[in-house]
Amino acid sequence: MMTIALILIGLAALLTVFRLIKGPSLFDRLVASDTLSVIGAAFIVVIAEIVQTTSYVDVALVYGIAGFLGTVTIARFFLRASK
Amino acid sequence: MTVIGQILLLIGGIFLFLGSLGLVRMPDVYNRLQTGTKASTLGAMSIGLSAIFLLPGAAGKALLFVVFIVLANPIASNTLGRSAYLSGVKLADESVSDEWGAQDESAARSDAARRDAASGPASSGAAPGVAPGAIPDAVSGAAPGGAADPKSGKGA
Repeated sequence: MMTIALILIGLAALLTVFRLIKGPSLFDRLVASDTLSVIGAAFIVVIAEIVQTTSYVDVALVYGIAGFLGTVTIARFFLRASK
Repeated sequence: MTVIGQILLLIGGIFLFLGSLGLVRMPDVYNRLQTGTKASTLGAMSIGLSAIFLLPGAAGKALLFVVFIVLANPIASNTLGRSAYLSGVKLADESVSDEWGAQDESAARSDAARRDAASGPASSGAAPGVAPGAIPDAVSGAAPGGAADPKSGKGA
């Protein structure tokens, strides 16, 4: 079951990277990178379940916080720059 | 317990995959935001819940992870959509309604109507006279000022 979940997460990351590369506008790429950070956090949680190490969940939490802060900062920066 | 955790893990993987599929297939920034954020929120949420069952030592941290994802992801998507709209990213051609823009438009229209009403009280007084305008033939002789009414009635 964990293998299937890992395969699905890997396919999701591939599709998101496709949108990240192709995305016509800047905000398409931002949406893709936000989704990619959430997928990465979920991937780290699955890895923590596989190797049965509790401290990896901390890593996933910090990764999620960093991705959220980065997305909000960049989005607000381009909102300011567009005015 | 393990079975519940594995089912949650599978649900999470499926939702993350479907969210990314929508991210590729949708035509628009806003539709991509819809699929890419909501579906991946649910996916990451159920993967975090599966950690409660499959990794009981980290149950508190996994719960914290779930709460953080639920709180933070809608905020990020809201900020993204708002700044995309205010930066002038166009909606897809298939879109049928733009309520934010329509709100601005209707506000402008009611402003214009109010300005007309304020500038010309005579013309605005004639306008209600047009509405029961089927009668003016009967009443036209009685009202000398009502000469304008049949004209506007014909125009309408």
